[in-house]
Amino acid sequence: MSGAKEVKQHYEPGTHPDLPPPLGSTGPIKWIRENLFSSPTNIVLTILAAFFLYKIVPGMVAWTITDATFIAADRNECRALNSGACWAFIAQRWHLFTFGFYPEAERWRVVLAFILLCVVIVALLWENCPGRSLLVKFALIFPFIAAWLLLGGFGLEPVSTDKFGGFMLTVIIGVTGIALSLPLGILLALGRQSNLPIIKYACVGFIEFIRGVPLITLLFVASTMLSYFLPPGTNFNLLLRVLIMVTLFASAYMAEVIRGGLQAVPNGQIEAADAMGLKYWPAMRLIVLPQALKISIPGIVNTFIGLYKDSVLVIVIGLLDPLGIGQASLADTKWQGLSTEVYLFVAIFFFISCYAMARYSLYLERKLHTGH
Amino acid sequence: MKKSIKYAAAVAAFTATAMNAQAATLDDVKARGELNCVVSTGVAGFAAPDDKGNWAGFDVDFCRAVAAAVLGDGEKVNFVPTTGKTRFTVLNSGEGDILFRNTTETMSRDADLKLTFLPVNYYDGQGFMAAKALGVESAKDLDGASICIQTGTTTELNLADYFRTNGISYEPVPVETNAEAQTNYLGGRCDVFTTDASGLASTRASFENPADHVILPEIISKEPLGGAVRHGDDQWADIGKWVVNAIIAAEELGVTQANVAEMGAEAGDNPSINRLLGTEGDFGSMIGLDAQWAMRAIAAGGNYGELFDRNIGPDTAIGLERGLNAQWSDGGILYAAPIR
Repeated sequence: MSGAKEVKQHYEPGTHPDLPPPLGSTGPIKWIRENLFSSPTNIVLTILAAFFLYKIVPGMVAWTITDATFIAADRNECRALNSGACWAFIAQRWHLFTFGFYPEAERWRVVLAFILLCVVIVALLWENCPGRSLLVKFALIFPFIAAWLLLGGFGLEPVSTDKFGGFMLTVIIGVTGIALSLPLGILLALGRQSNLPIIKYACVGFIEFIRGVPLITLLFVASTMLSYFLPPGTNFNLLLRVLIMVTLFASAYMAEVIRGGLQAVPNGQIEAADAMGLKYWPAMRLIVLPQALKISIPGIVNTFIGLYKDSVLVIVIGLLDPLGIGQASLADTKWQGLSTEVYLFVAIFFFISCYAMARYSLYLERKLHTGH
Repeated sequence: MKKSIKYAAAVAAFTATAMNAQAATLDDVKARGELNCVVSTGVAGFAAPDDKGNWAGFDVDFCRAVAAAVLGDGEKVNFVPTTGKTRFTVLNSGEGDILFRNTTETMSRDADLKLTFLPVNYYDGQGFMAAKALGVESAKDLDGASICIQTGTTTELNLADYFRTNGISYEPVPVETNAEAQTNYLGGRCDVFTTDASGLASTRASFENPADHVILPEIISKEPLGGAVRHGDDQWADIGKWVVNAIIAAEELGVTQANVAEMGAEAGDNPSINRLLGTEGDFGSMIGLDAQWAMRAIAAGGNYGELFDRNIGPDTAIGLERGLNAQWSDGGILYAAPIR
């Protein structure tokens, strides 16, 4: 029966079985043909790129992995063991990079706060998260729990913010700035479009002033000049000042991004809201802002990423972020001169965080894309 | 940014006197229970965090000695890391109580920036390092060389002076920190690395092939490094001054970290030691402290020789000789004023 089928050359119209596509137009070969060798220019570029990769990759792999040292007590030992990167430096100082100068016995609190933060972020960002409504309520009290865990008091050993540093500091500045600058930015953007002159010009003045001054200057003012304006003896926490400045700075940029979104919402939408008898705030909340924010997502995430990376500037006011910890560590005679390792390590950390934010924004854009 | 820092510094200088006239730093420190000590963001041997995150180094040990004298515990220090540019603003704004940040004492810093310098704790001088392959034997051969230089330091100014006096030209490559200068130098972005001689030695020691680099014979400047406090609080300046003097005097008198408790327990035969350790006279109360102030300062890290040997001496990776920093009785110029 099957043998007869193989030799059959003639088919009734409409009965021909589906044949697999020819080898060259499917799977990896098709992909390679279409993407790498589709035109003479592409062929040349592909060959050049392959040549560069061939030149660069083996050396990089050798330096970072195969020739690298992972366990050693100091740099001389690293050198004696192998010729590549001395990752032992990072391994030995892993805690310093993560927690800064936070007391060793209390570090579990930072870890716990970070785990809770992850839970909150997942609950807020992922709609199908189990138990979401409860977790969202938890997110509202999370900032207070986190502050209690990190700062201590009420039964926990108090830890001064001077001891904060490393990735922990970056995450604190980044998350606080991101969480506060968005609502503040929305208010500023709405205020800028307000019909009430006082509100309008206050918002315009604030936005233009903050945008006109570099962040580093604001931080400097926060760290040193503020002592002159406050009554003598006032002790205003340095980290708190930084958080306020970073938030204000980001919210000014955020306001402009959101204003772009607001202006893209057609006037008819607002008129329709008016026609339905909605007052200002319900109209904004239900009709204008959802559309405006959706349009602004790329710009908003852009500002978030910028803010997150700007946190390395805190070194000018004596707070040691991962980069600062790295630079200070390089001055230890045990490890002097390993700057490539430090910078690469910090770069990888920032890349992972920022890339995750960028991917989430793409996901959000796709999800909210309603086709008009 | 430069402008803003200048502005900040100007306002700092302007208001410092007015603000600090009534502020007694000693009371603030005691109330806080912690000494805010301005250090660098990392200079090998002088201040750097170790693997556990504890600050260590020559400058750091002086901070601890002051904290021990004032608060009774050398651990009660909050280190405020600063770059060369921000250090004085931080001190003047009150964010720091005292500064030990390998800082050169100069007239303009003393008078114009309104600092009061403590006795010199390290005599340094600026030198040059270049790759051996460059074939230079003297700094005078450096015409047209590119030089990595930390901004906001006296090194920067000395360099300009030296090249101008000798009628040769150079191309400055400004960098922010010592680590950055080192990376740039090794990466070939500048031909010459210049900083204080102590920094050159420690930097070269960390290179893969130290023998490939020469330290040129010229020392082009005087760099008396010392601590500093703000103008306007003489009692606090006295505390800093006499703690440094006590540490230096302790070496001269043979008081060490190990024997200080025993020597200070009761008055001995040497009246100088008795006065230093508070078993004779009433010197502590003159600076607002108790009689055991110097004893605690010495017990925190040891005398000058011990601090030197532990952090930057010949047995460390930095390997500096005492040189000018030996006691006056050993051919150096360390000469502590007497406590009496």
